[in-house]
Amino acid sequence: MLKKMYNWIDERLDITPMWRDVADHEVPEHVNPAHHFSAFVYCFGGLTFFITILQILSGMFLTMYYVPDITNAYKSVDFLQHEVAFGVIVRGMHHWGASLVIVMMFLHTLRVFFTGSYKAPREMNWVVGMLIFMVMLGLGFTGYLLPWDNKAYFATKVGIQIAASVPLLGPYIETFLQGGSITGAQTLTRFFALHVFFLPGALFALLAGHFIMIRKQGISGPL
Amino acid sequence: MSGEHNEQPKKSVFRKEMSRRQFLSYTLGGSGAFMVGVPLLYNVRFAVDPLLKPDADGEYVKVVEVSEVTQEPQSFQFERLIVDGWYKNDTTFEAWISKDESGNIFALSPVCKHLGCTVKWNGSQDFSDEYFCPCHAARYTKDGKNLTVAPAPLDEYPVKIEDGWVYLSTTKPNSRV
Repeated sequence: MLKKMYNWIDERLDITPMWRDVADHEVPEHVNPAHHFSAFVYCFGGLTFFITILQILSGMFLTMYYVPDITNAYKSVDFLQHEVAFGVIVRGMHHWGASLVIVMMFLHTLRVFFTGSYKAPREMNWVVGMLIFMVMLGLGFTGYLLPWDNKAYFATKVGIQIAASVPLLGPYIETFLQGGSITGAQTLTRFFALHVFFLPGALFALLAGHFIMIRKQGISGPL
Repeated sequence: MSGEHNEQPKKSVFRKEMSRRQFLSYTLGGSGAFMVGVPLLYNVRFAVDPLLKPDADGEYVKVVEVSEVTQEPQSFQFERLIVDGWYKNDTTFEAWISKDESGNIFALSPVCKHLGCTVKWNGSQDFSDEYFCPCHAARYTKDGKNLTVAPAPLDEYPVKIEDGWVYLSTTKPNSRV
């Protein structure tokens, strides 16, 4: 049945070469854990991507209940966590996954660093990777505020004050991030917009660049 | 699946063997589906939770003294606590309460069964002793029976009489017509 449906579409659109091109690529021996177990370090990038997918998934579902508003944000998070089925698991996925993404990304960066994979001709991919790192930290920072509890509020106050200590531009950055002169209602909607629209948009563009470059250039050679 | 396989006439048992490629794509596809499917399952159950929550059966709310109810339908307002997710609020409801020929008290919802506007007893000068909806001129009898436009009779509030007071629960389909 599925095969017939696939064939019907394939006859018309010739989709086989498309996914073949994505899926079929050489995995050199030195990055295959089946050959050398220590090659599992080459999995960290893929694992980061996998957790990122789970973050996108759980985040999308969380917005079905979450409200970015100072009187309702905490109540809606409390409701979705304690009243809705599997709320603990879905929010737990997003909460723990957020930390895990950073950890995995850090391990991936270490692997790239110690195998010297950032060297020519892959310098641009290193730079894009660093940008992804910063976007991820931005996602972590903006997402931290959203439950609007004490921890969220004061972490954001501290974070914004750190940003405000930048010479010359500091006060402008502070007002921009806060959406006003205090950390409050406008900060929350602003951080929500950054967290679910702007930063993910930037992330997708950067990830596309990251993946296209690694396919074009291939995985760096053995040590 | 077994197309390119060599027939072995000596053996009666024909074993379908799996190619290495097939085995790998099954295991890879299987673990991939597992890794995505399990998180997806939790998320989907989370999303469809409102479908699976039991309908909250409304408690009876004190509305009006029995002595105030007449043969002629009268509109009474009452408040009910509505729990809408994390938002709890006293919402005002309206009921048209009257006595039938045998003196039984019954209460009808003012929500028109056509498209949800609010009906009124003697709402039109042209039709006396009928419920009338101003939106599309739907009309109902005193029992809530739909006369024109609306596809169903007016909903009914279950009534409870206690200590001389009328108590109403949440609306049910009309049982009088």
